Order: sequence, then C-alpha cells, then structure tokens
Amino acid sequence: MQSQLNDLSIRIGGEAGMGLESSGVGFSQALVRGGLHVFGLPDYHSRIRGGHNFFTVRIARRPLYSHTEPVHLLLALDQETVRRHIGALVPGGAVVYDEKDGLPDIPRRSDVHYFSIPLSKLAEESGGNAIMRNTLVFAVAAGLIGFDPTYIESVARDNFARKGQAVVDSNLRVIAAGVEASRPFQADFPFRMEAAPGAPRRLLLNGNQAFAMGALAGGCRFVSGYPMTPGSPVLEWMAGHAEEYGVVTLQVEDEIAALCMAIGAGYAGVRAMTPTSGGGFSLMVEALGLAGMTEVPVVVYEAQRPGPSTSLATRTEQGDLLFVLHASQGEFPRIILAPGTVEQAFEVGWRAFNLAERYQTPVIVLSDHYLATSIRDVAPEDLDFDAVVIDRGEWLTEAELDNLEGDYKRHQFTESGVSPRAIPGHPKAVHASSSDEHDEYGHIEENAENRRRMHEKRMRKLETARAEMRLPAAYGLNDADLTLIAWGSTYGPLREAVDRLNEQGLRAQMLHFTDIWPVPHGTEALLTGETIAVEGNYSGQFADLLRMATGHTVSRRILKWDGRPISPEYITNHVLRFTNHRKSET
Amino acid sequence: MVTVDDFASPVRPTWCTGCGNFAIWNAVKRALAQAGLAPHQVMLVSGIGCGSKLPDYTRANGYMTLHGRTVPVATGVRLANHHLRVVCTHGDGDAYAEGLGHMLHAARRNIGLVDIIQDNRIYGLTKGQYSPTSDRGRVSKTSPWGSFELPVNPIALALAAGATFVARAWSGDLQHLTETIVRALGHRGYALIDVFQPCVTFNRQNSYEFYRPRVYKLQDDPDYDVTDKMAAFAKALEWGDRIPIGVFYQVEDRPAYEEQVPSLQAGPLALRPLEKLRPEQVQRLLEEVM
Ligand SMILES: Cc1ncc(C[n+]2csc(CCOP(=O)(O)OP(=O)(O)O)c2C)c(N)n1
Ligand code: SF4
Ligand SMILES: [Mg+2]
Repeated sequence: MQSQLNDLSIRIGGEAGMGLESSGVGFSQALVRGGLHVFGLPDYHSRIRGGHNFFTVRIARRPLYSHTEPVHLLLALDQETVRRHIGALVPGGAVVYDEKDGLPDIPRRSDVHYFSIPLSKLAEESGGNAIMRNTLVFAVAAGLIGFDPTYIESVARDNFARKGQAVVDSNLRVIAAGVEASRPFQADFPFRMEAAPGAPRRLLLNGNQAFAMGALAGGCRFVSGYPMTPGSPVLEWMAGHAEEYGVVTLQVEDEIAALCMAIGAGYAGVRAMTPTSGGGFSLMVEALGLAGMTEVPVVVYEAQRPGPSTSLATRTEQGDLLFVLHASQGEFPRIILAPGTVEQAFEVGWRAFNLAERYQTPVIVLSDHYLATSIRDVAPEDLDFDAVVIDRGEWLTEAELDNLEGDYKRHQFTESGVSPRAIPGHPKAVHASSSDEHDEYGHIEENAENRRRMHEKRMRKLETARAEMRLPAAYGLNDADLTLIAWGSTYGPLREAVDRLNEQGLRAQMLHFTDIWPVPHGTEALLTGETIAVEGNYSGQFADLLRMATGHTVSRRILKWDGRPISPEYITNHVLRFTNHRKSET
Repeated sequence: MVTVDDFASPVRPTWCTGCGNFAIWNAVKRALAQAGLAPHQVMLVSGIGCGSKLPDYTRANGYMTLHGRTVPVATGVRLANHHLRVVCTHGDGDAYAEGLGHMLHAARRNIGLVDIIQDNRIYGLTKGQYSPTSDRGRVSKTSPWGSFELPVNPIALALAAGATFVARAWSGDLQHLTETIVRALGHRGYALIDVFQPCVTFNRQNSYEFYRPRVYKLQDDPDYDVTDKMAAFAKALEWGDRIPIGVFYQVEDRPAYEEQVPSLQAGPLALRPLEKLRPEQVQRLLEEVM
C-alpha cells in the first residue's frame, strides 16, 4: 500500500567528485518549484576526490527548519553508501543502487527494498556520459515518489542553458531515462510525495548566501578575505556580485591582512567586512583590538567549524563563542550576533553594519557550517529587503564640518560614548588616530586621567548598545515547564524538537538568542523554571556566558561535539531521558 | 599653495636628539608640500616603533596601527578612497619582520602606496634588539653571540616581488630624500623607499659617519636606466665600501591595482552615497535563488 507522506528524506551518497551536492541542490530546486518544502544538508570530507560524501534532502508539505535522522530513500552511487546508511532507512524504505556496483557483502535487511538499476549504463546511453548518473538517479527518485519530473526538467533547462542546447537536451534524455527506469519499482516503494502544482515561487538558499545578500543590501562595499571553509563562499559570492553592485573584493595574503584591510576601509568611511572561520579569526585577533581601540566599524563573519586547529574542516560546531567574546588583549566593546535561520542570516547581514557604524566598533557574526551550507526554501518576502535600513550612526555633515571651530575631535568624550565621525578627506576633518592610548584628537597620550576617561568612553558604548540588543525569540508554549535555550544555528532542530515534545505533552518552549553580546536587557527575567541549554560544543559555552552575564545557572545542558549537526531527535531523546529519569526518582 | 607649515602638528617629537627620523619627517612634509598635497588629501599610515610615531607629529590624516600591519591597513584606506594619497612610514622591524609578507604582496599587487621604511637596522622602541636588516654578527641583548642570520635585502626582495618603484635614500641628505619622496608620490603604483635612518642611541655602527663616505647616487650616472630590472638587481646586490642610493627601478607601464578594479572606475567608494538596493536589483538577486 502506498502512503502520501508529509515528511520524507532522500539521501544520495558516493565519493567526492561525483557531483552529489550539485545534483542534490538541483533536485531540491525542482521540489520547491513543485510546491514542496525542503531542507538540504550536505556532508562531505575535506578532500577533492574520493572519501565518502552524502547529501540529504528532506521534503515536506509544510515549511521545514531542520534536517532529521530517518531516511526513506537511499540513492547509492557506491557500495560504501549502502554500507554506511542502510541502517538509517525506515522500514519500508528503499535503496537504489547501480547494477554495476552491486551490493556490499553485509547482511540484507528484510524490511527495506533493494532496487538494482543500471544507472551508469543508462546515463551513458541516454546522456552520453556515465557521470550523469547523479542526475539520472534523482529522476529515478522522482519516479518512485510520484513527483512530476517536469519540474526537474525545468531546473535542468535553466541551470544548463548557458552550456548550450546540446547539454540541456542530454540532461532531459537522462531525466526521461531515470523516470522510465523507476517504473518497475514504483509499486513496491510505499512512500509518495507528489508535487503541489500552482504554489507561489519560493527561494532556495543557504545561510552564507542569505548573509551575503543581507550584507550587500546593508551597504557592505568592501570585502577582503582568505579562503577558509565554510566562510569563503561569502567572499566568492561578493566577488561574483562586485562589479554589478559596486563592491571591492579581494583575496589577500592572510587573515591578518584581511581584517587590517577591512579596518583601513572602515576608517576611510566604507562599510567593510571579512568572512572567515575560526582558524582565520585566530589570526585576526590583534587587529580586532585595533578596531576596538581606534573605534573603527568593521564586520567579521565567522562561520565556525570544529576546532582547535584544523580539526574537522568541513563539519560543524559552535565552539568559538567564548573565544570571539574574549579575543584580543585588553577590553573593548564588541557586538556578537548569531543568526539561526536563512531569514535571520539575511537580517543580521544588514543589521551588523548598522551596529558597527552606530557604535564604531567591531561586530562579529557567528555562523557555523550547518547554517552556512544547509539549504532551505523561504518565501521571497522572508528576505525582507523592504525592512532594510542603512543607519550610519553619528556623522558630522559637510556643513557641520565647514563650521567646525578648532580641530576635529575624532574621539570626543560624550555621554553615549559615541563620538561623531567624519571621514578623512574634508579639510576640517584632518585627524590621526592611534592604537596607542590617545586623547580626544587621536594624539598619543599616556596620562592616567585621560586613559581612565577614554577607556570608560569606549566601554560606555557597550551599555549604549545593550539597549538595542534584541531579546531571544520565544517559540512553543509561553507558560512552559521546560525552557530550551539555543543560539545561532540550533534554531531549526530545537524548534522542531519543541513541537515534538509538546505533542507528547511535555509543555516546552524554546528561547533562541540571535543577539548574543552584549546580553540584552531583560534576559534574566526570561530564564525561569527548568532551563536546558542546547549547544553544538563540549562545554555549553552559551550557558556559561548566561551565568556570567545574568547569574542564571541552567538546569541541564544538551551538547554535541562530534562535528555533526544536532538533530531534533538528538534533543528530544535527551530531554525524554532527563524527564524519565526524574519520574523514576520520584 | 600648500606649505610645509600646513603640516605642523601641536605634538612635539619625542625622538632622541640626532635621530635620523627628524630628517625623514622633514622630508615627508616638504615632499607633500612640493607635490601640492594638502593635509586633508593625504593619509599617513604607520605601525608601531620609534619611526611609526611620525603621523602623530604631523598635521595630516593619519592612522598609527599595529606593529607590522601598516601596509594592509594602508591598502584598505587606498581602496576605500583612492583620492587620498596614502603614505606609509614605519620601521625596519615593522616592515621586514612582522610585515615582510605584506610588503611583498603589496609589491606584486602594485597598490598605490608610497611605502617609506625608517630603516635604522635595529629595534629602537624596544631598546636595541637586532632587526631583519642588522648585519650578520650584530651583538644585541637578544643576540649575545652575534646574530646568525643574514640581513634581508629589501631592494632585491621588492624587485623580485614585482615592485614598480624601488628606491633608497638616507637621513643624511635631506634634499635627495625629499626628491626621492616627491618622485614616489608621482608614481602610479607601489613605491618602496628604504631610508637609512641612523639611530644614535642603539645603533652606533650604522651612523652618519658610516654612511656618508659610502653612499653614492645612482642618478649621478646619466647612463643608469631605471627601467632595466637586471641593472637594478645588480645594484641591489652592491654593498660594502660603496652603497648606491636613489631610484633603482621605476616603470610606469603597469597599472596600479586600484586602476584595475571595475568597481572603482566610478570614483572612490568612500565618496559615493550609500543607498538601499533598487527594486530591480532586489528582483535580480531573488531570481538567482529561485
Ligand atoms: C605584535 C607586536 N609585537 C611586538 C611589539 C613590540 N614592538 C614595538 S616596536 C617593536 C620594534 C620596533 O622596531 P622597528 O619596527 O624597526 O621600529 P623602530 O623603533 O626601530 O623605529 C616591537 C618589537 C608590538 N608592539 N606588537
Ligand atoms: S632610539 Fe634610535 S630610532 Fe628611536 S628615537 Fe632614539 S635615535 Fe631615534
Ligand atoms: Mg628599526
């Protein structure tokens, strides 16, 4: 019997170089065009050929925020995929494998189907190249779940158009062959996910793309960087759009230069940023302090991966929070934002530049591999370009400068701590700032009283900024017994976990922090009842930060540090274990 | 008319009496005035060291950054506003130890900076440790056995990295030093000027008396061709009783980095109004991910 599922995951696996992710993204695009919702998660090794890679696309009829663990259909482009993932299949699920590869020598599961299809041979015959079996196998998948292949065809037409009609045609033949090859097995495969025609068009993108778009919309015009997974796609995206949108991008000699150049550009009055990961951020530490000391607005996008050192280069972790909070000698105000979704990544993209300029200090955006690389569909209006505001903070206008009496005080003492800026170039704005302690004009000054006042002035900006930091987003029951606390990319998995816990009658809510530092006013009041921190690191760094900032000690911590993202199941299993344990105690 | 006095800062230098930095400071101010650049049209970028305090003593836009990071910060300033003439003034430790990589990359990038190195061949501000340009065998507190390393050759390094303007001058000849800086200010790409700067407190060897009899001017030879790279390399390797100063190499046929950046063709980034994206731009961005 075949059932229309509301939630189904398809996983394709093979070696690097087989085009798993590109075909997976293409298939996801087709699903979205067909009115379905998707969440796509790549999983790959830090190597160009070989290794075991896979891409999982979860499909549903309602918006998705997270991946999930069960798999319904496994598309195996090698034996290794069967070996590693056969256990993830739900009963009734199926594996599609290439006849020429055969099956590995492991016990067969009796509760799943094995569909042998000559994928390479069919790809070769229909498309002229066996490598096209990545496209073919997704067409097989479409046939099995009853998804209208015309959507896959439309994506192939768009994506291959620039390569010429011959390439488009061969792809269309491959798709037709794949659908045809699925026919003998359709009756055996129990799960269906048909298209929902006529749905409005939606976007499909990952956190890196959303952040880059937000930054561009927010007026970022200078991007310097050094490639490092998973941050470099932001530099690549900006370079790809540089000419059209008037942005200067450059790949530089190291991350020290990357941040120093962005600071130079910021000093000269341009919205500037550098994208990186933790390793690159480590090199930037001293320059971060330079920006703090000389009150230069700059944005650092830090897409975390496991550490320390190289660790798992293509995987995820939230292990850099306390590092970026404390990085650099001495004290200075900094702002840390951690988006949790594509929508938030877009918004943080432009907000970061406003905050940097309003408080004339570095803003760090903490992303991670999971958010940076997983793709999700959102409505076009979810990337709210209308809401974008470009607020450059306090500036002296040309007229004010023209009438300025005496020399310009770049670091003027003010109540808010913010000194009105003037960009170098105006005759009355002439000034030189210094990484040495300086007076209001920027001149080097070692006097103790000046040091005390100047340090206080800078630090005051943190308090001024705190007033506009946003409280965490709450999701779930507002009179919950259990409050699960998340920051950054764990938004999606935790949101779904909360839904599942509430379905089981647990009375849970999520508090998700995007504005991490300075900790928003009023945070303490929200931390009541039983609180559980959910984080992708070993120690529970955000829980520690909350204790430091609010005195609140979370009741429990659900943590993960194996380099793989936290899933909804991971959270619910832990929560249920806690609550069952408590029940057995009483 | 811009004059030297326009660059007068209320802050008095704290350099030792007789320090070679005074001549460099005066030459920078004179050269800027001669080039007709007013204080607001200039940005002096430095790092940390005795010499790096120069912007504090000069009325002009300036930025005293981190030890070794002068050049990348200056590069960012230049790319943000190429109407500003960006001049770097920093020590040999700043430029050739922590900052050596940046110097080589600036040279191959041909970014439009005038990079003046206050080369006293010692660490001044940290009180006399040997530096990357110290002679092999230099005894200092951190090299009690005499240093084991060879000194770097900044002229040869810059040439090898593809610099389009490579010069040397010295604090004992203010006139020549000023002329060299003026010439560099007229150069379209990256211009390195390594300046022998006697440190009267920590480097007794490389004193005025050491340099005066040895230095000779390349440009005194009418046949010296500044566009001949092999000749420049040969002169870069000359050292001992006779030490060449002047412009070793200068070519103007390679565009500066900023001249090649498409987004800078419409003028400096910093001077353009910052506006929200237009609806058709938003639409194009959205289409990319549909
Ligand atoms: C990252 C860092 N390392 C070390 C120092 C200490 N330090 C300050 S100046 C200096 C060397 C100065 O030598 P040089 O650059 O040749 O300048 P000079 O004082 O000789 O003009 C050092 C090592 C520093 N400020 N920052
Ligand atoms: S220590 Fe040397 S370099 Fe520093 S000010 Fe004195 S003479 Fe000049
Ligand atoms: Mg020195």
